[in-house]
Amino acid sequence: MFDSLSNRLSDVFDRLRRHGALSETDVATALREIRIALLEADVALPVVKDFVNAVKEKAVGQDVVRSVSPAQMVVKIVHDHLVETLGGGADAASSALNLNAVPPVVIMMIGLQGSGKTTSAAKIARHLRLRERKKVLLVSLDVQRPAAQEQLAVLAKQVEVESLPIVAGERPIAITKRALDVGRREGYDVVILDTAGRLHIDEALMSEVAAVRDVAQPTESLLVADAMTGQDAVNVAKAFNDRIGVTGIVLTRVDGDARGGAALSMRAVTQKPIKFMGVGEKIDALEPFHADRIAGRILGMGDVVSLVEKAAETVDREEAEKLALKLQKGGFDLDDLASQLKQLRKMGGMSGMMGMLPGIAKIKKQIEGANINDGMIKRQEAILSSMTKQERKNPKLLNASRRVRIASGSGTSVPEINRLLKQYQDMAHMMKKANKLGKKGLMRHGLAGLMPGGFRG
Amino acid sequence: MSEERGGWLSRLKSGLSRSSQRLTEGISSIFTRRKLDDETLGELEELLIAADMSIGIAEEVTGKLRRTRFNQEVAPEEIRQALAEEVARLLEPVAKPLVLNPALKPHVILVVGVNGSGKTTTIAKLARQYRDAGKTVFLAAGDTFRAAAVEQLKIWGERTGSTVIARGQGADAAGLAFDAYQEAKAAGADVLLIDTAGRLQNKTDLMAELQKIVRVLKKVEAALPHTVLLVLDATTGQNAHSQAEIFRQIVGVTGIVMTKLDGTARGGVLVSLAEKYGIPIHAVGVGETAEDLRPFSADAFARSLMGLEK
Repeated sequence: MFDSLSNRLSDVFDRLRRHGALSETDVATALREIRIALLEADVALPVVKDFVNAVKEKAVGQDVVRSVSPAQMVVKIVHDHLVETLGGGADAASSALNLNAVPPVVIMMIGLQGSGKTTSAAKIARHLRLRERKKVLLVSLDVQRPAAQEQLAVLAKQVEVESLPIVAGERPIAITKRALDVGRREGYDVVILDTAGRLHIDEALMSEVAAVRDVAQPTESLLVADAMTGQDAVNVAKAFNDRIGVTGIVLTRVDGDARGGAALSMRAVTQKPIKFMGVGEKIDALEPFHADRIAGRILGMGDVVSLVEKAAETVDREEAEKLALKLQKGGFDLDDLASQLKQLRKMGGMSGMMGMLPGIAKIKKQIEGANINDGMIKRQEAILSSMTKQERKNPKLLNASRRVRIASGSGTSVPEINRLLKQYQDMAHMMKKANKLGKKGLMRHGLAGLMPGGFRG
Repeated sequence: MSEERGGWLSRLKSGLSRSSQRLTEGISSIFTRRKLDDETLGELEELLIAADMSIGIAEEVTGKLRRTRFNQEVAPEEIRQALAEEVARLLEPVAKPLVLNPALKPHVILVVGVNGSGKTTTIAKLARQYRDAGKTVFLAAGDTFRAAAVEQLKIWGERTGSTVIARGQGADAAGLAFDAYQEAKAAGADVLLIDTAGRLQNKTDLMAELQKIVRVLKKVEAALPHTVLLVLDATTGQNAHSQAEIFRQIVGVTGIVMTKLDGTARGGVLVSLAEKYGIPIHAVGVGETAEDLRPFSADAFARSLMGLEK
């Protein structure tokens, strides 16, 4: 749906001259595109304006490096400034949780309804227990939403920390006092208070959470906000920061396909660090904030770092080396294809990888058209495992009657098997080509050179 | 809480007026200063975008002004009027209340959406409204993933006097939906509301699971589910497009409910959704109580968004 900023800017600059210093008109033309790109990514308007002005100052008069197009130059300036604004380069200490207080250290979670406070509270509790070896007490102050307290109690069990026993009918302030008391008496290092979701303009509920703050004296007041938030992010962040005092932000649902401009808005308005990102429904899906990754996403430049890290985490190194050796000898068979599919699925499948690849927007339509999805990968795996060992070693054996057998064995159809075999042939062919190009050639042609024809449908 | 009952339009407006305050301030400040030239139009366009309207729609709306009023001195009120009319025109075709079909016993409503959008709360409000209208209501606790989600729905069932069909956490949601339908049908219920676990639309496997619920229901009867409600959070920005597109594609969304319009979020994204997909918008949530879930009115929404009286 979105063109990346780099694409938009190259279109603009194609119409302008190519070299020399960036003139004021060059920059002005680029600025409108930047403004639109940021707005499309849900960065709030006032923040966009400040941002664009800052970029303007930096860009005018910049020498365009010879080998770089003006578009790339501007994108680099924008990207760098974005990373800087998001808090990249800042000392790591500012994005870590501040636990420097007399225990029990109090962490208070605040935010709108449905932003992900309870889940984030449990994830942070787990993080503190495992990474910081802290004894954590989870406490729900949510007496508004039915069963919210039970929800936190269940999550506490899952992450193996204690939760404060629930007393029916008890009000938030009383719960807070009891939690602090238990925290002190039973030697907890950290007490996490999960407050009820509330609108930032709901005066009664905002005073309530302010009262909780006064009683609990939290070391950290974390604003939990959804990465999908639109223009309203500034209002929410400003109101919570002015009224309650925010010490850090937790950005949730970063595993969605939102561009995440809200991160920039909230950061700019509160001047507080984004401390964590929620990246999945699983209870361990919590990561420290990475400014450069979010910057890339906001600009539609993909998230290569995450992709590489994920690959490094999940791809079996030995297997990869074995495969590489095989490729050099030109002996890529269906067993290798099967293990590749398995690794692809381990990396979060096509959908997981698509969001992270740069420039994928261009071929996304094609891929959707070819109907490549995670379901298809599973079906292909089923086809492969319905073959005999011999067939996988030597695909030439696969005559019509064998294909019919495999189709009924895997619950697929013969055309699907034919398609898979075609894809395999294309891949084997590409591998040969890649070998001829050698390592350098591969780098130059990039991933596109390796996209097998079968993937184009 | 219900002393304001009756004046729902004013409630909707008071909810929306907060949203529109900044927008209208912006418009006034543009037009008391300058006449309608390129720069002004550009800023006007941005203001619409700042209400979470997408760029395409903002361009369309301002383009119309450019054709008719370019270089004229225009009063802010006039511009608001024109914008509201344009927005209402786009929304009018999709403003359709959710009407239960009394011939169906039960009318099956599947409720879907991303995490935290307000599905369960919306179900509770609908259940209350239907119960108040004297209907028999069944609720299916299809969020078998989130901790205590089943308990949450059970409490709503008790409070609204609805029958809740539930299994334990981790149970198969499609099987539960099937059972719930059988039970609701046997009991001659008027409506069955099926809750589902929140899921991000880019999670293929979770979306397939949702698709399975529809597939299983369709096997019982091809017309099921009669209504598929997508619950959208008003604070959501441009990602709402992706949500509408994918949920529509996977489970055939038949209507939208927008929640949390009582904050400062403006919900402008509805305008582009209306134009792009034409999915009916049934209701908006403008507060905590059941009466605060109100039928969607294009005119009221548009005029409130622009800060106009009634």
